[in-house]
Amino acid sequence: MIRPEDILVPSPSGVCCKRGGFHIDPTRPVERAIITHAHSDHARAGHGAVLATPETLDLMRLRYGENFAGAVQALAYGESVSLAGAKITLHPAGHILGSAQVAVEVDGLRVVASGDYKNADPTADPTCAPFELVRCDLFIIEATFALPVFRHGEPVAEIGKLLHSLVLFPERAHLVGAYSIGKAQRLIALLRSAGYDAPIYLHGAMEKITSYYAERGVALGELALARGATKANLEGTITICPPSALSDLWTRRFPDPVAAFASGWMRVRARARQQGVALPLVISDHADWDGLTSTIAATGAGEIWVTHGQEDALIHWCATRGLKARPLDIVGYGDEEGEEGNEDAS
Amino acid sequence: MNRFAELLDRLAYEPSRNNKLRLMIDYFRSTGDPERGWALAALTGGLSFPHAKAGLIRSLIAERTDPVLFELSYDYVGDLSETVALMWPAKQAHIATARTQQDGEEEDKLTLTDVVETLARLGKAQLPQQLARWLDALEETGRWALIKLVTGGLRVGVSAQLAKAAVATLGDKDVHDVEVIWPALAPPYRELFAWLEGRADKPVSGDPAPFRPPMLAHALDDADLATLNPADFMAEWKWDGIRVQAVAGGESTPDGRLVARLYSRTGEEISKSFPDLLEALRLPGAIDGELLIMRDRRVQTFNVLQQRLNRKTVTAKLMAEFPAHLRAYDLLADGDEDLRERPFAERRARLERFVARLDDERIDLSPLVPFSSWDELTAARKNPAAAGAGSDAAAIEGVMLKARGALYLPGRPKGLWWKWKRDPFIIDAVLMYAQRGHGKRSSYYSDYTFGVWTKGEDGDELVPVGKAYFGFTDEELLQIDRFVRRNTIERFGPVREIVHEADRGLVLEVAFEGLQRSSRHKSGLAMRFPRINRLRWDKPPGQADRLDRLETLLARIEQGHLQGQIA
Repeated sequence: MIRPEDILVPSPSGVCCKRGGFHIDPTRPVERAIITHAHSDHARAGHGAVLATPETLDLMRLRYGENFAGAVQALAYGESVSLAGAKITLHPAGHILGSAQVAVEVDGLRVVASGDYKNADPTADPTCAPFELVRCDLFIIEATFALPVFRHGEPVAEIGKLLHSLVLFPERAHLVGAYSIGKAQRLIALLRSAGYDAPIYLHGAMEKITSYYAERGVALGELALARGATKANLEGTITICPPSALSDLWTRRFPDPVAAFASGWMRVRARARQQGVALPLVISDHADWDGLTSTIAATGAGEIWVTHGQEDALIHWCATRGLKARPLDIVGYGDEEGEEGNEDAS
Repeated sequence: MNRFAELLDRLAYEPSRNNKLRLMIDYFRSTGDPERGWALAALTGGLSFPHAKAGLIRSLIAERTDPVLFELSYDYVGDLSETVALMWPAKQAHIATARTQQDGEEEDKLTLTDVVETLARLGKAQLPQQLARWLDALEETGRWALIKLVTGGLRVGVSAQLAKAAVATLGDKDVHDVEVIWPALAPPYRELFAWLEGRADKPVSGDPAPFRPPMLAHALDDADLATLNPADFMAEWKWDGIRVQAVAGGESTPDGRLVARLYSRTGEEISKSFPDLLEALRLPGAIDGELLIMRDRRVQTFNVLQQRLNRKTVTAKLMAEFPAHLRAYDLLADGDEDLRERPFAERRARLERFVARLDDERIDLSPLVPFSSWDELTAARKNPAAAGAGSDAAAIEGVMLKARGALYLPGRPKGLWWKWKRDPFIIDAVLMYAQRGHGKRSSYYSDYTFGVWTKGEDGDELVPVGKAYFGFTDEELLQIDRFVRRNTIERFGPVREIVHEADRGLVLEVAFEGLQRSSRHKSGLAMRFPRINRLRWDKPPGQADRLDRLETLLARIEQGHLQGQIA
């Protein structure tokens, strides 16, 4: 009888399938990699061959250039390939455009690696395909927000907070820190669905990726670069920028800016305060505590591996439910933000 | 409750005073009575719920959550109310992605008024169940606000005075106008809002011992002095204590006592902290003066006074060790007679008679400093001990100039009262660390830790002696910011370590008002009001001051011998 460990084994640089000869989201260059999504802590340049959704491959190209890997293979959601007897299928993870869960099947035993995911109401993110539940025997789950204090709530209410602040402070610029891939575009789309139709300004670092989203048919309305605007033009406007830019010299071009930050971390006051945020917006592209625990139950998996984040709490929760669970100590996953600390960028 | 919770949430993050004001004004404008009145009571510290303690909240959450998950969460969040608010189990309907209409309505229906009115009539035994019901009905921010409200201490960076200033704006009034009638008002302040919105007359203060908005002084610099005529002014010492108003009035009780109150300069009542001083207020009237600690007929320094301030309970031992004393410098009312429309010279004469009639050793006169020319006063300011202050000199931080003809006008009227602080102490220190500021300054390295030289194991080393974040001009801030970015040797989160060697680094001329011993700092010293006086680009760090110099200075301050600059 085949065991999950015969299909995948954890290694310090990511989960590895020996039979298929590939790693999932390896943190070091490897011969073959399956990439779940385009955030830089999961999608690194320099692998021999990369298998991912077409959107993830496009985003990696935009970020790293044409030659980010020796060879690439696109696999659409729901399609399968076989590598040395291991059947690989990608399923929507609902995290960002192109994000996928990886299902690996050998002899009828199915392992699913969630990658980063969120299983929110599909209307809460118009920018990507909604999370699809895949039943499995072993579920490898992310644990970014795996504490019961994290419940993200409804993004509509957070967008309402931002719009109310614009009314209250019509002469101030509102800067919203958001990760460049995914969160930024989702915020714009949410603002549009809330009826905000003024031009939205962008930090230069967001330009390429945002254009790509627009090309893919995500409705983002009128966009402009903050770089070209005068201080007076920026009064009462919204500008989306990488989180690191919020405390950057770059902010000095704005009239009395209000620093907002859209992230699941904003749920915890100390986190928001540490970053000097005056208007925290709890909008996350990760599953919250209820989302994580409900997914575990729904997959029907008897064994759970927990990666990057608050593993302890989720492992404890699994134990109280009689599920076998273990942490995977993979070095290198973390905040999407980590790679964006380019301080004096404009 | 949700609107109030949103307001608190936003206030807690907003660093700017002006923007806090705008947030509150918006709330008071768009919220009806009595809801906004209870909010005003909460913001001014006027609500308390004796039965709701942190322990109760803790036991409520313990009944509802897994202890391991609670500990992990508490450890991560670091604040009990916040942890409980965040992990309070949501009803099943909330977990489902779409919340039902009915739930939403139930949540919106709970008002701050409901909470306050219910808690007022609820017994201790029913409290846990009621709190739990409310927590069930609210979402995260609402729960956080509710817990903060009932356990006391909102801690959103809003003083009572700022909240009063916000409501005053509703009627284009000054905060003083609200402060004057404040003691006559009670939550939910319907008559206050009605007056401010032009729907009713100004509420009348029926308080027998009301607060009167204080008159404040302008800082004097040498250029001002040339324009003033010494014959028009009287001078007093500027005491380093806290400004208070001591008021007594009303019908006396059979044992001869009046209603007596002590107010801070912002009108907050601090009577409970100073029962020993209240006893001395036996005549109806209102004294403006300085609260000090007096031992053996000698005024103690501010360091000593601080040990008496901010105590929750005032014990007999504390009062004996730190006896409160009032040094009077103005009289605003004598009996029923309002003296504020009289010139200062006349009020002073009335004050002298009033204090003599009181005849209590806990209340004395702040003496006048005689002078006939500015040179004479300059000399007195430089050496108060020789100019009549004697051993009280250590508690003097300069002189006050008051125009003889000045009426007592609330606020800071021009040209009538001047404070002329003694020169600050000055040292040259070396910039060691810089940290980003907040709000408008969040892209600038504007908080500086500086140090002086001392003998270390491997020769001379710098030891931090203080932190300053003001005193420089906008242009100087840009220069230091540039220097910090170019000379960083290490980063710790928002903090940067800056190059500080004998021949490389930036020397800051630091001005400060006083020194005290401190076990919190490695140097064993703490400065009062340190600020950046000048940038010494010309001075190599090796020539900055040494710790010995500060220690010598501290010893002299402690002996009460020191005034003015370090020689």
